[in-house]
Amino acid sequence: MSSEKTQKEMTDEAMKQFYDFVESMKKSLGVPMVPDMKTGDALWVDQREITLKFIISVNKIRDFFNALADNKFITTKCKGCGEIYFPPQSDCPSCKASDMEWVELSREGTLLTYTVINVKPYSFSHYDDYIVGIARLEDGVNVTAWIREKDPNKLKVGMKVRIDIVKREPEGYLTYELVPIE
Amino acid sequence: MGRKVAIVGVGQSKFGSRNDVNMAELTWESIKEALNDAGVDQKDIDYFVTSNAGGWSSEPLPAVIIAEYAGLNPKGTAKVEAACASGSAAVKLAHDMVASGQADIAMAVGVEKMNESPTPTIVEFIGRAGNYFWEFQNFGLTFPGYYALYATAYMDKYGATEEDLALVAVKNHYYGARNPKAQFRKEINVEKIMGSRYIAWPLKLFDCSPITDGSATVILAAEELAKKLTDTPVWIAGIGAASGTSNLSKRKGFTSLEAAVAAANQAYKVAKIDPEAPIKYFDVAEVHDCFTIAEILAYEDLGFAKRGEAVEWVRNQETYIGGKIPVNLSGGLKAKGHPIGATGEAMIGDLAKQLRQEVEKERQAPIKKGMALAHNIGGTGHYAYVTILSLDKV
Ligand SMILES: [Zn+2]
Repeated sequence: MSSEKTQKEMTDEAMKQFYDFVESMKKSLGVPMVPDMKTGDALWVDQREITLKFIISVNKIRDFFNALADNKFITTKCKGCGEIYFPPQSDCPSCKASDMEWVELSREGTLLTYTVINVKPYSFSHYDDYIVGIARLEDGVNVTAWIREKDPNKLKVGMKVRIDIVKREPEGYLTYELVPIE
Repeated sequence: MGRKVAIVGVGQSKFGSRNDVNMAELTWESIKEALNDAGVDQKDIDYFVTSNAGGWSSEPLPAVIIAEYAGLNPKGTAKVEAACASGSAAVKLAHDMVASGQADIAMAVGVEKMNESPTPTIVEFIGRAGNYFWEFQNFGLTFPGYYALYATAYMDKYGATEEDLALVAVKNHYYGARNPKAQFRKEINVEKIMGSRYIAWPLKLFDCSPITDGSATVILAAEELAKKLTDTPVWIAGIGAASGTSNLSKRKGFTSLEAAVAAANQAYKVAKIDPEAPIKYFDVAEVHDCFTIAEILAYEDLGFAKRGEAVEWVRNQETYIGGKIPVNLSGGLKAKGHPIGATGEAMIGDLAKQLRQEVEKERQAPIKKGMALAHNIGGTGHYAYVTILSLDKV
């Protein structure tokens, strides 16, 4: 896989070719109008572009992210009713209280299901195909994460997995993944 | 429940890659058809609900784009979003306005113009439709990926195979080939499906509904008016609506969409249908086959088949015309196409035409009981709508 082009390289090349074509059409017609490659229908190519990159509050659950650096996998538990939430949340809708404590989650569980993402979203297209699974931890909460395995045939529903805190590259930030236990 | 409400007009554009038209022109195709079908004018519409998911298309306010182009100003409108079930949500809101007496005639207009963006952008937007922060940000799930999680669990539990999933696509392409408005009008066989590349293992290209441009419109009227407008009003006998957790990890299991079960039970209750034996009431159904596995889950979530039996149904062709209950005679999302915001109106509109016995002969279900069901799922069981139609007033 890695000697071949990534999905991102292929997409970027195709888009560059298309936009070069748009520029040449614009030069000859005076407007960014190009024919659909299959039907010849006239298409206007947007001359405006936006980038979406959101800035999201994690203020009330910041401890979860701070704990990753200490190799701890924690979540919130309602002091009133004992409900454990994952992903962590700062309010308990069951008893309407906001008195939560941080608890460490069990690091072992069972794989419930999994898939390989072969066709990737653009913002993930620089990665090789990755496997995503959902596991049920011994505390009863489920966690979605990548699985450290490339071949889905080596996985089985019901197999044991553990949670590892890992650094996601090339972005270089801490996250967690599921690791099959033989 | 308020006043009785009937469908008096339906319209649908040709689905497909529609680079020949812009969003307003595309929407007009179905609005015009529905107005003509109902025999009403824009001035007769009291309110219209617009369904559109958007993101991949340029116009952020589709409702007002449509209102101006279709001559609907100054009628009130708003856009609703329930992901792939937006269209059924629009029909429900239009229905509720008529039932409550706030409108005598209301219209649900669905449109999606997906081809305004390149495929990787569309994959990105749909992948984000779930829980963006916890499930997309770090793990890059895609829409096929979410349903593939259900496929893996279902196949493991009940012994279904990739070939079994393929049979769903074979059926839906068979009927899509007989629907002039469908995106794919070619029959397809198991070998071809099995030979297609993986999109999200174990789902392959031909397990997936396509990227589609399309519009569909449904016009609803109150009882007295409906009877004046048409000899064949199609009554809304019941609507059920439910939601599921945004994080897939919070689901109890991965072999059933809990929201679909809840929506079906609500709709059955309103329409006075025995939830233990629903198929004996229906001549035909449209179910949400965004992926082949989704149609299999639908048979069981609706109580058509028992848990684990849907795969036998598929093997035995029980959902072709002549089987236990014909399903997706429009070609389904798989072959008819899946313009996200218009899919609900298209399902409900096609079923109204089925009950009126107005669809193409080769895909017309025999109408004996006079009832039909639409099962429309938004996201991956994030939203669920079940709409029951009837030739008799329930
Ligand atoms: Zn609590």
